[in-house]
Amino acid sequence: MKGLRKFLDTIKPNFAPGGKLQKLHAAFDAVETLFFVPNKTTRSGAHIRDAMDMKRTMITVVLAMVPALLFGMWNVGRFHFMSTGEWVDKTFWDVFLFGFLRVLPIIIVSYVTGLTIEIIFAQIRRHEVPEGFFVTGMLIPLIMPVDVPLWMVAVATAFAVVIGVEVFGGAGMNILNPALTARAFLFFAYPSKMSGATIWIAGLGKGEGVVDGFSGETIMGYAASNRLSEMPYSVKDMFFGTIPGSIGETSTLAILIGAFILILTGIGSWKIMASMFGGGLLMGLILNLFAVNDYMALPAYQHLLIGGFAFGAVFMATDPVSAAQTERGKWIYGLLAGLLAILIRVLNPAYPEGVMLAILLMNVFAPLIDHFVVEGNIKRRMKRLQNAKA
Amino acid sequence: MSHKESLFSSKNLKLLRDPLGANNPITVQVLGICSALAVTVKLEPSIVMALSVTAVTALSNVVISLLRSYIPPRIRIIVQLTVIAAMVILVDQALKAYAYDVSKQLSVFVGLIITNCIIMGRLEAFALGNKPWPSFLDGVGNGAGYGMTLVIVAFFRELLGSGTLFGYPVLEKIGLYKTGYENNGLMILPPMALVTVGIIIWIQRSKNSGLQESH
Repeated sequence: MKGLRKFLDTIKPNFAPGGKLQKLHAAFDAVETLFFVPNKTTRSGAHIRDAMDMKRTMITVVLAMVPALLFGMWNVGRFHFMSTGEWVDKTFWDVFLFGFLRVLPIIIVSYVTGLTIEIIFAQIRRHEVPEGFFVTGMLIPLIMPVDVPLWMVAVATAFAVVIGVEVFGGAGMNILNPALTARAFLFFAYPSKMSGATIWIAGLGKGEGVVDGFSGETIMGYAASNRLSEMPYSVKDMFFGTIPGSIGETSTLAILIGAFILILTGIGSWKIMASMFGGGLLMGLILNLFAVNDYMALPAYQHLLIGGFAFGAVFMATDPVSAAQTERGKWIYGLLAGLLAILIRVLNPAYPEGVMLAILLMNVFAPLIDHFVVEGNIKRRMKRLQNAKA
Repeated sequence: MSHKESLFSSKNLKLLRDPLGANNPITVQVLGICSALAVTVKLEPSIVMALSVTAVTALSNVVISLLRSYIPPRIRIIVQLTVIAAMVILVDQALKAYAYDVSKQLSVFVGLIITNCIIMGRLEAFALGNKPWPSFLDGVGNGAGYGMTLVIVAFFRELLGSGTLFGYPVLEKIGLYKTGYENNGLMILPPMALVTVGIIIWIQRSKNSGLQESH
């Protein structure tokens, strides 16, 4: 660490105003503050001293995603070797390493593309590189199918950063969750690579020695084509995550560990998570009442275990920028997101998974919810004041 | 008699030039957006649409300018609409006669030129208070400004969405698909037209500080 500090100190003058590489100041700054606590002090305004700055907050969120990421890597390897019939011969590390090597390029592409664009914009607009992309850059790989072509990840990341974030003025000003923007972009732009039965398992699309009769279809796929009775996965599989799906979304357990970290550190809103799970459960129960097919009759709690529901509720809906800001608003926001996610998922066969669309839609409505919560608050206080006067 | 102005005086040329840049009907006045979203999936219909709108704008401008002293202000909108509708029917018939395929592709959007805000806007803002020749130039200029944006949007949407230009498979010919490239399905959907127009507005405003709103 000392050597790194020394190295950074030696090259620092080059980036100072007047230095040779002054133009790359923002890039240097981003690297330096990534490793070291900045030694700058606040010169004006509030002087709150807290180690919990934006960078630490974002890194905590990334840490919260690590269980889902690690499980996802193992699951990628597991399903690949199951599809080739080699599953019984492989050790845990074989399986994990395979998944690691398949997932790592997606992570690298997502970070490199996003940070490059962020640094360019930081240069042009003369501000520091915002921290928000640390989280987005990790979220994007976790919600991709493992076989997604890398150039598509790059294009989607660029779209999300430029059109989803920078046009609105940069991180913190965006109305939509950038990671979901990237996924929605891919979903509508390249549907053949983002949906179907063959994209969720590494190598299945190309048919690398696949054993006969192996199906890579997700539970959502079985459900959407009304073949839930043929589905080979149990509720235990759904909870622990040994099911096909996007890289980080399958294991409800790993996601719950992440949720625990987020709630314990106070970073993620437990109200949004709780109300979204509640909303999903409620819609599941309502659909059970009118169950005309297997999917509508699916026990409501199972809806929370399959697809991207848990991942969306814990990591996507709680994004503090695009979610509702008021405390009562968070309850409404989460509840509606949960209700809509299950409604879209079950009733619209064109969208086998509704979580992404539900959260994006609620992102758009979040300011409106906040507006009415604040207005309601003002009205109630006015009334109280008038009653006190009378 | 006063000094006669030449047909292409600098003042008149400005009428032609302004809508192409700092006073573009789509990117600056933000008019005629609906048709810019609807017809720009392919280049060919966009160009036909651009020509049709230019013809309608220019001709209705001239007619309204000729009638401007005789139109009672209280019923001017009705008169304007009648004139526009007549011009649109003429253009529609001409398309059906000479470019039937494109006319079928454009379907209702030719008829909907009547509701294009640019035309009504030019009649109200310009033709009612100016002579026929400047009104004609203003109509041509605004039609061209509209058409220019349409063609730019359609160029990117057709190239990235379908991989073709004027129906010619450009990307296939240069062998891009063999590298794993795929057409972007989102470019064909209307939201991407809006995003493309937005990007054009973004680029234009960052180059032209006079267009940036102060806040």
